[in-house]
Amino acid sequence: MNNLMPRNDLFLLLGFTAVVLTMPIWLAPFGAGYPDLLQRFMIFGIFAVGFNILFGLTGYLSFGHAAFFGVGSYAAVWSFKLLTLDAIPAMIFAVLISGLFALLIGFLCLRRSGIYFSILTLAFAQMSYNLAYSVLTPITNGETGLQLTINDPRVLDAAMGQGFAGQPVPTLLGQQMSGYAGFYFCAGFLILSFFIAQRIAGSPFGMMLKAIKSNQTRMQFTGFNTRPYALSAFVISGMYAGLAGALLAVTDPLAGAERMQWTASGEVVLMTILGGVGTLVGPVIGAWIIKYFENILSALNDNILARFWSFLPDGVADVVVKVTSKFVGDGWHLTLGLVFVIIVIFLPGGIMEGVRRLAALFRRSGSSSAKPSARTQPAE
Amino acid sequence: MAQPNVVLHVADVHKRFGGLHALADIDLQVEEGKTHAIIGPNGAGKSTLLNVIIGKLPPSSGQVVFDGTVLTGRKPFQINQLGIARVFQTPEIFADLSVLHNVMIPALAKRDGMFTLNMLRSLDSETGIRAEAEHMLEDVGMINRRDMLAGSLSRGDKRRMELAMCLIQHPRLLLLDEPTAGMSRHDTNTTIELLKKIKSRGMTKVIIEHDMHVVFSLADKISVLAQGRIIADGSPDDVRGNPKVQEAYLGGAH
Repeated sequence: MNNLMPRNDLFLLLGFTAVVLTMPIWLAPFGAGYPDLLQRFMIFGIFAVGFNILFGLTGYLSFGHAAFFGVGSYAAVWSFKLLTLDAIPAMIFAVLISGLFALLIGFLCLRRSGIYFSILTLAFAQMSYNLAYSVLTPITNGETGLQLTINDPRVLDAAMGQGFAGQPVPTLLGQQMSGYAGFYFCAGFLILSFFIAQRIAGSPFGMMLKAIKSNQTRMQFTGFNTRPYALSAFVISGMYAGLAGALLAVTDPLAGAERMQWTASGEVVLMTILGGVGTLVGPVIGAWIIKYFENILSALNDNILARFWSFLPDGVADVVVKVTSKFVGDGWHLTLGLVFVIIVIFLPGGIMEGVRRLAALFRRSGSSSAKPSARTQPAE
Repeated sequence: MAQPNVVLHVADVHKRFGGLHALADIDLQVEEGKTHAIIGPNGAGKSTLLNVIIGKLPPSSGQVVFDGTVLTGRKPFQINQLGIARVFQTPEIFADLSVLHNVMIPALAKRDGMFTLNMLRSLDSETGIRAEAEHMLEDVGMINRRDMLAGSLSRGDKRRMELAMCLIQHPRLLLLDEPTAGMSRHDTNTTIELLKKIKSRGMTKVIIEHDMHVVFSLADKISVLAQGRIIADGSPDDVRGNPKVQEAYLGGAH
């Protein structure tokens, strides 16, 4: 057990990598095997993994993380405009800027805990959103959103003598970042993000974060200054959000203020709870499910439903189509809400708790002769 | 300054909550290596006094000095880092973590200080700390429970684990707030045995206790608190024979 990385962690990382990289294959039958959606799966997976470091490990529920996501997007687009169309400098720039922004907001918000912390983060995020929408128009281009133009200076590209014909798009070492190239680019970052989150969760630092969540009083009387720990977790998760925002700008170089709105902050909370707070894989699965619903269910319409239910007798089919149509298309939020309510009531630990229960069930029925072991389950 | 063998000096401390004078004119000297018990009827201000010592409550006036360092105005984590650990009346533990991790955390606090950003280091590589924690769990007789979640332990075991969490830091001063409150006779006796065992290690202890059996089997010195004042101070025999104490405490409460 004294290896650099415990064996279970290594298996989890390898399994996760395999699942992510083969997504274009196994998601195709579900109608989700196209690069645009897959990129979103990766990007919001990163967002949720980072959010979980603050919410899941440390126990601080932020309602304002979309602000860091938005700042990451703006920073990346500015890097494309001012420096170069290459994606790497944009990512570094975005992560740094969102980290600094998180340091400032976190420093102020972490003076309180519990609901007051949540409200403070929400207030700061809404403030950022409104600033981006109105006062900061020179930086954010307000309602229209910040976009690339042919006349951008791009000093690094100009210095290297790289010209561009037509509409500029972000690149990686000259390679365009659209389609599957964009997906694998994002997938690489998701796997890296997952690996870092895994290391953090399995480090003494990660144990301190869990201890803060468990009993902050005991932490203080044990000789720990809890605030820098919580602030570090806040900044790290803010940087994850900035990275995700930058990736969204790489795949679609248009940054709008609506990315910072409170609904976007709420969405990442839903993702984390749906998948399983405090687990490593759960938030990613939660992100995938919500983005799947958003993109696939919302695209269904009455015609598709009528074809799907066509095996039923005519009168019945009409009624069924009428009922089910309320849950798809514009009504996809209704389905998401129902799924969320069911999960929170029956599986408070999210989807990962369901997986654990199933695994325990199989283990018991598989080896009914062996006594069920009393040892505690390791946290994912 | 305090005499050389006085490690903790509570000097002229007053504490008022609005109109209530919870602590009045408290002057307490705890000698190095001794077990000093503070007893008194309910509402006498025992817990308030402990909270003032550990920095949870600021005194209205006066100060607390630990080995030449003024504790008053310092934060709990700073006071701990000076070598003072505390056992609470209701065990304060990390209920969601394993027993082993509960004991490893204070050991890391002792080694790494109040904040360390070691997030890329693996917990499994902390073999020294782990061995130390396992050794400590053996000492308190809990090694067979080390993988259990701390929240699922019995009350007596939670207390023993909390004690292990304090002892692993090798504090110079250990504060115990009713360490046997709510325990069965059997658990109380095992706790007394454990506290007697650590007495031989030369650690200074301040213990607040209701149970006279516990007090008289452990204490070297007893201070009696009643209505926020110290009414008697001395060896167990002195205090037992003191008529003021019998009136205010032994007679009144029992």
